[in-house]
Amino acid sequence: MTTAVAVAPAHSRRRTYPLGWWGMVVLIMTEAMIFAGLLGSYFFVRAISPTWPLDHIEPPELARISLFTVVLLGSSVPIFWAESGIRKGNQRRLRIGLLLSFLLGASFMVNLAFEYEELHFGVRDNAYASLYYAITGLHGLHVFVGLLMNLIVQIKAWQGKFSASRHLTVEIFGLYWHFVDVVWIFVFSSLYVSLHIP
Amino acid sequence: MAIVEERPVEEEEVEHELHEVWEDAPGIPGFFATVDHKRIGMRYIYTAFIFFFIAGLQALFIRAQLTVPDAEVVGPEAYNQLFTMHGTTMIFLFNTPVLAGFGNYLLPLQLGTRDMAFPRLNAFSYWVFVLAGIFMYTSYLVGAPPDGGWFAYLPLTDKVNSPGLNLDFWGLGVIFVGISTTVGAINFIVTTFKLRAPGMSINRLPIFVWSILAMAFMVIFAVPAVTLAAALLESDRLFGTAFFDTARGGSSLLYQHLFWFWGHPEVYILFVPAVGMISMMIPVFSRRALSGYVWAAGSLVAIAFISFGVWVHHMFATGLPALAMSFFSAASLVIAIPSGVLFFVWIATMWQGRVRWTTPMLFSFGFLLIFLLGGLTGVMVSIMPFDWQAHDSYFVVAHFHYVLNGAVVFPIFGALYFWLPKMTGRMLSERMGKLSFWMMFVGFNLAFFPMHVLGLFGMPRRVYTYARGLGWETLNVVVTVGSFLFALGTLLTLVAWVQSRTRGAPAGDNPWDADSLEWAVASPTPHYNFRAIPVVNSRHPLWDQEPLPEASSGDEEATRSLGTPGALDRATPITTGLDAAAEETMAIPRETYLPFLLALGLAVFFTGLLVEALVVGVAGVAVATLGLLWWAWRTEADLV
Ligand code: HEM
Ligand SMILES: [Cu+2]
Repeated sequence: MTTAVAVAPAHSRRRTYPLGWWGMVVLIMTEAMIFAGLLGSYFFVRAISPTWPLDHIEPPELARISLFTVVLLGSSVPIFWAESGIRKGNQRRLRIGLLLSFLLGASFMVNLAFEYEELHFGVRDNAYASLYYAITGLHGLHVFVGLLMNLIVQIKAWQGKFSASRHLTVEIFGLYWHFVDVVWIFVFSSLYVSLHIP
Repeated sequence: MAIVEERPVEEEEVEHELHEVWEDAPGIPGFFATVDHKRIGMRYIYTAFIFFFIAGLQALFIRAQLTVPDAEVVGPEAYNQLFTMHGTTMIFLFNTPVLAGFGNYLLPLQLGTRDMAFPRLNAFSYWVFVLAGIFMYTSYLVGAPPDGGWFAYLPLTDKVNSPGLNLDFWGLGVIFVGISTTVGAINFIVTTFKLRAPGMSINRLPIFVWSILAMAFMVIFAVPAVTLAAALLESDRLFGTAFFDTARGGSSLLYQHLFWFWGHPEVYILFVPAVGMISMMIPVFSRRALSGYVWAAGSLVAIAFISFGVWVHHMFATGLPALAMSFFSAASLVIAIPSGVLFFVWIATMWQGRVRWTTPMLFSFGFLLIFLLGGLTGVMVSIMPFDWQAHDSYFVVAHFHYVLNGAVVFPIFGALYFWLPKMTGRMLSERMGKLSFWMMFVGFNLAFFPMHVLGLFGMPRRVYTYARGLGWETLNVVVTVGSFLFALGTLLTLVAWVQSRTRGAPAGDNPWDADSLEWAVASPTPHYNFRAIPVVNSRHPLWDQEPLPEASSGDEEATRSLGTPGALDRATPITTGLDAAAEETMAIPRETYLPFLLALGLAVFFTGLLVEALVVGVAGVAVATLGLLWWAWRTEADLV
């Protein structure tokens, strides 16, 4: 025989994070390891190389990418704004925030395409070149996936599917997008800044 | 309990309705679409064992070739393929997934919930695993199985030295199967933290759950490294990049670092859940609680941490700076401490209890002896000068088989006898189980102990034959005889397993008088696991809580799914991370083809890369992306 007992729910003031949010956090941990491994490889090869970049390749210029770094990092701001909006049920802020962030992210991708076009070296030239393309390419792929996710969330937002109490998808997407931005800080400092400070 | 006739009519209606709500669609559709963690878990186990017997057969071919000097059972090329596929299959396609299978089946039950946190992802990780296995084995069909050893070092494995498709099957297969492991780990972590019976606070988790949690975290941090190693290797091979090409400034040593950054923790990824199983079985058959629960859980976590600081001990022979190597040597010795603690926890438990010598207990005891020896030789090879002597000799082969085959496979076999009755509802024959154990134990030691000696006599690993007159003849015969005896022992368990399905005695709910929640439900487990979620206030609910209290549903979102109404709703409660208080309700999705389609898309993608056909690759990506988009789109409905 068993006895049925009533269970008191957890009443706490703090926000609860649903399963999908936790799943994304763990996914981000493992993704962060991939980038850590790539950047680690970059510094490993750099440490054993006589010159860097190898073969005196001319590295990509710093000024323009700095501008687009600001653009990419800036694209997180509208997401924060959109999130805090939908928490209060503000549909307009959600829609505009997502759209703005999309445009900023997309312009970062356009710049990446231009940069690849203008570079003086190809992916096969040497290990520096391979690492450069692998790291920026993988990050670019993440931005691209983020843009796709943004699109889905945005369509749902314009259809009015979210509300003050139901907007988990927005938060999960936001988490991912911020991660992609944070990774860029590391990529930017390793691949660009560190080559231009004497 | 068997008084069905006396149950009120209402009761039967509830049963009927539960069945309607939970049962998969019959036949093929249900087969491909199921998201039930129990079906998926058992499938994992079945599939992994198929790979175990394939890899075992390969090992027997290896041994047949090495029985006598200058034998010609297989040629040198076939031999290279045999040991490569044997090692690769055992690690990637048997050991890792079989433990994931037990985890999948047992975790929700031991936690007292109705499924995993992401049931569809769970199905996805299974399909990815099978398809990756099939992918690697199609290499035999086209006559190009991988042949670069299970760690595929460069420059042997670059495009110049290995021009065929062989290594591409390996590299792409490793990336492919890594997706399955990673997705599985995410699922384990979130399930453990968020889906527990009310009251199952973190200090009441069964040790097996602790071990799965530690394993999952190791996967999250380690697997990216091997994925990267294999991806960069493939990039070099397929697209001509220069990561590992020393002529163009790359580094083949970098590959070794990346590989072993995963490779060493991988040993513990396999070992830790095996330890978890042992720590569940020994207390049950010693008829007392584990002595030193906190020490055991702490040691598992400590092992998980330290295992990331030792990878360079696989590279002592590469000429790294002495100081760096000394650090890694010391760290490798430190790992003996938590292992030693665990050892004493088990001994103390048996000492203070009254041991019942059932088959699972025999396997656990065999494990203890083997682990003792494997650990000792592990300490030996952590010391650099000794490692330089033993490197690439049969001593190392002996050492890692004591760990991988002894300290991981013995617990898994014990676990079969222990938990299969829960999964199938039938007991396995004790007589055959004991016979199987003794054959495996004697065979194991005959096969692998002499390898230590052979290694010290200078017999190298991975060489397909040897000359007469080196003094290796007798021992090699012993090793081969032992290998076949061991293999026969495993076959006996297979027979016992199959036989139990028709002739086994009914298991009942709790045949071993065990303490954890999976034994509170019927065998085989009903589709919904628990009609009402149990309420836990002890580390050993079935020993200390008689009768086991069941939660009743409340009106709030947090408590709505606790009782039978929750089961009728295909819902299960979400609880808080540390103290497991009811927090919210999760809807368990119905069957869907999506996971299978997505995995299929990945398979097409990897095939495209393999044959370097752009269209195929793009088609694969397209299928996978469409699948993902559809998934993301549909998901919203069941997210709160
Ligand atoms: C039926 C029992 C087994 C036998 C008789 C056996 C035998 C062998 C032998 C003789 C070799 C060395 C081949 C050589 O270096 O020339 C070998 C290699 C290996 N075995 Fe096993 N083995 C068995 C089970 C296992 C298990 C259960 C695992 C792991 C879970 C395993 C993992 C490996 C690995 C990783 C290698 C190294 C392959 C390489 O050098 O690339 N073996 N095995
Ligand atoms: Cu190691």
